[in-house]
Amino acid sequence: MTAYAYFPGCSAHGTAKEYDRSTQSVCAKLGIELEEIPDWVCCGASPAHAVNHLLSLALVAKNLDLSPSDTIVTGCAACYNRFKTTVHALQHDRPLWEQVKQIVQPTKLNGRDFRVLHLLEVIHEFGLEEVKERVVKPLKGLKVACYYGCLLVRPPKVMGFDDPDNPKKMDELVAAIGAEPVEWEFKTECCGAFHAVPHPEIVLRLTSNILRAAKDAGADVVSVTCPMCQINLDLRQLDIQKRHKVTFNMPVLYFTQLLGLALGINESELGFDKLIVDPQPILKGKGLM
Amino acid sequence: MARIGVFICHCGENIARTVDVAKVRDALAKHPGVVHSVDYRYMCSAPGQELIRNAIVEKKLTGVVVAACSPHMREPTFRKACAAAGLNPYLCEMANIREHCSWVHSDREKATEKAIELVRFLVEKVKRNKPLEPIRVPVTKRALVIGGGIAGIQAALDIANGGYEVILVERQPSIGGHMAQLSETFPTLDCSQCILTPKMVEVRQHPNIRLLTYSEVEDVKGYVGNFEVTIRKKARYVNEEVCTGCGACIQRCPQKRIPSEFDRGLGRRTAIYIPFPQAVPNIPVIDREHCAYFRRGGCRLCEKECPRGAIDFNQQDQLLTEKVGAIILATGYDLIPSDIYSEYGGGRYKDVIDGLQFERLLSASGPTNGEVLRPSDGKEVKSVVFVSCVGSRDRAKGIPYCSKICCMYVAKHAILFKHKVHDGQAFVFYMDVRAAGKGYEEFVRRAVEEEGVVYLRGRVSKIYQQDGKLIVRGVDTLSGMPVEIPADLVVLATAIRASDGIVELAQKLGVPVDEHGFLSEAHPKLRPIETQVAGVFLAGACQAPKDIPDTVAQASGAASKVLAMFAQNAIEREPTIAKVNEQTCVGCFECQRACPYRAIERKEIRDRQGNLVKVVAYVSPGLCAGCGACTVACRNHSIDLEGFAEEQMFAELSAITAA
Repeated sequence: MTAYAYFPGCSAHGTAKEYDRSTQSVCAKLGIELEEIPDWVCCGASPAHAVNHLLSLALVAKNLDLSPSDTIVTGCAACYNRFKTTVHALQHDRPLWEQVKQIVQPTKLNGRDFRVLHLLEVIHEFGLEEVKERVVKPLKGLKVACYYGCLLVRPPKVMGFDDPDNPKKMDELVAAIGAEPVEWEFKTECCGAFHAVPHPEIVLRLTSNILRAAKDAGADVVSVTCPMCQINLDLRQLDIQKRHKVTFNMPVLYFTQLLGLALGINESELGFDKLIVDPQPILKGKGLM
Repeated sequence: MARIGVFICHCGENIARTVDVAKVRDALAKHPGVVHSVDYRYMCSAPGQELIRNAIVEKKLTGVVVAACSPHMREPTFRKACAAAGLNPYLCEMANIREHCSWVHSDREKATEKAIELVRFLVEKVKRNKPLEPIRVPVTKRALVIGGGIAGIQAALDIANGGYEVILVERQPSIGGHMAQLSETFPTLDCSQCILTPKMVEVRQHPNIRLLTYSEVEDVKGYVGNFEVTIRKKARYVNEEVCTGCGACIQRCPQKRIPSEFDRGLGRRTAIYIPFPQAVPNIPVIDREHCAYFRRGGCRLCEKECPRGAIDFNQQDQLLTEKVGAIILATGYDLIPSDIYSEYGGGRYKDVIDGLQFERLLSASGPTNGEVLRPSDGKEVKSVVFVSCVGSRDRAKGIPYCSKICCMYVAKHAILFKHKVHDGQAFVFYMDVRAAGKGYEEFVRRAVEEEGVVYLRGRVSKIYQQDGKLIVRGVDTLSGMPVEIPADLVVLATAIRASDGIVELAQKLGVPVDEHGFLSEAHPKLRPIETQVAGVFLAGACQAPKDIPDTVAQASGAASKVLAMFAQNAIEREPTIAKVNEQTCVGCFECQRACPYRAIERKEIRDRQGNLVKVVAYVSPGLCAGCGACTVACRNHSIDLEGFAEEQMFAELSAITAA
């Protein structure tokens, strides 16, 4: 199998170390080869495209130029969104792309046809049946609310990821590893993202709604695909408690952590200790740890 | 020797602005064979036509070329003018120097040159035109109406009252269509059943109408005035001659939990059933799929119960062949499935329903006897949200068009809800309120001002369940605020689409459909009832979304077209059709393979003793549309198109290349 070019994104080296670690372990276990893009730079994520459209494309173009493979995978929904948007522009807006090339001065971009995948898609490409065969500890009895966030699916024309209003890819994976995905309506609600900085009250309201919907649907944990969503949902539960007087105590895990657990990867490699709401009581209670 | 007259039209400024008409006139005056060349401001006006008529007589013209607009609209006008002056109309041709020249060019000099060319080559053609006589075909004075909704009912009644026979075919067990499902109608709130059922009964009792329900058109052959249709009369398993519609069989049927199509799944029916109490005919059908006897054998309780012995499990589908002169398509509409909107629950919520389902909830003969109860738990609805434009005007869902009736029926729904639940609250999310129609805007104002319905201008982004309520999240774009409304029931005004099977039926008839599956009219403004196929007419929502008044008006229009046709003993058809040279035809029948109209038949040539000499192609004049496909396919030029003969075409081409 040829290697995927891996773009970890800034979070993976900071607030989402456990995502990076669990991703690396899971891929190693499944034999999915990830080759980190050497000397990668920030993709620009939220701030760049809000400030300067050309800059936001140029940052991604720089990474594309550096990429050792034409198939690029990232675990971060925001990076995924930026990469997809840029590749879309590259394919559909030639004059704009010429401008970007002026800025980046690429050396290895010409004639390449890039494919951008989210890690979840890579697991699907690997095959859910194959994953199922490798499960050593089915997550029996664990009810999971699969939360995709908005950046993975929108805008649908550019992202082309699943049904934008009711995506199923994570639910299918969660079911494949023996857990029970719950039916709920907040799969692609916005978590408030970077509003956490200037307007934390917005984020507290939005995340509170999401966590409440997950709880109402009977979920034990929330599974996520994005470091930004993870922080907003996990880190802010105490603030929600203070402001809205509701306690959720809802663990918010990366899907790679759940997958790693089912594949029998050593818990220390999955970084459960990095999470704010400790998932261990629930997982232990279900006999999964 | 040819004596051609050329008449150049200014079309006001339309042509004269870009084309130097005087120059065209002078150039053509010098063209060989042209004895008369004039220009005039409006050639189609009465004085313009008089110019042509006078010239034909005074200059003894043998051919006329009118250089003006598209022959599509005006050719009949000028040909009639020629005929009035005694010139065979097929010796008149039009050069299109407007659409093909002045409108599409800006360089006056070049456009003038091109206009001269266009007129010249038609002069060369017209020199070789031959007088033609229209073809007359006989008419079978009997009509077929396909579809038994209000459109089909109205059309059938009008034709029958005009004194001609009608066969009305409906694929459902009863006529009535969607109108029979409605509770009340906008903007007068007339009870739909009360105004419809008398018409349904009239259809049943009319001596000139032969009603074939539970039947479908299987095949159509022939041409205007002379269609031959094959109709499949599906087995009802109930003898229509004997059954009195007493309903004993229905009472007895043990299969009582089948979702009723008429109630759109909100009510239940039995396996032997009449779709609704006022059905016409009032004769049950057995639904094979659910009948215990057809599924597993045994049962036959209905048979034992029937006092008349009308149940016949051995009944077979019947194929009927009928000759008719005209066909009216009145196949109606369906709604798009609401489950394509996953943000609105994708069909998962029982309390998110469509407009026709809400009609059934409102209807006194509906599954709740007219009480507005939630389908999920039967609780009374206190707050209801109506969402308009679900699918309509949504290019993301492939439906760019407006469904036209939703704004009005949403207002009606909201008003009727308020009439039934006085302390209830109704909300309407809308994009625009399109209330063009007699009394329509007033009706919407009544909903807003008198009935207290809350109209919110904006889209609904999501519907989800919380604490036993449906939370409708949307935006009020007038206040700029997001809104969330907890509702007991949500009614989606889903888009109208053409009914199932319409494309297959259209193919059998050769009638074009548009990109959305609606049947296409011959001209969007001036021939909205005719189709491209002579003798086939449209009525109702099979053409485009339509409300009841528009549907009824169009149905009467279609009926009047049929009656006008039946008032003649024979119909005139354009003589510009293919003709076979039987001397040279070798009977290879390449032409038959090329013909899209199935117009080419085999003709045996026999000598006086009756011995077969050879088989040649024969063009049926009723079927041939004059497309010319056969003339290209013919290997030895034995088939030619009248009015567009190869000789004429080559003369045109030579005129271009010579210049």
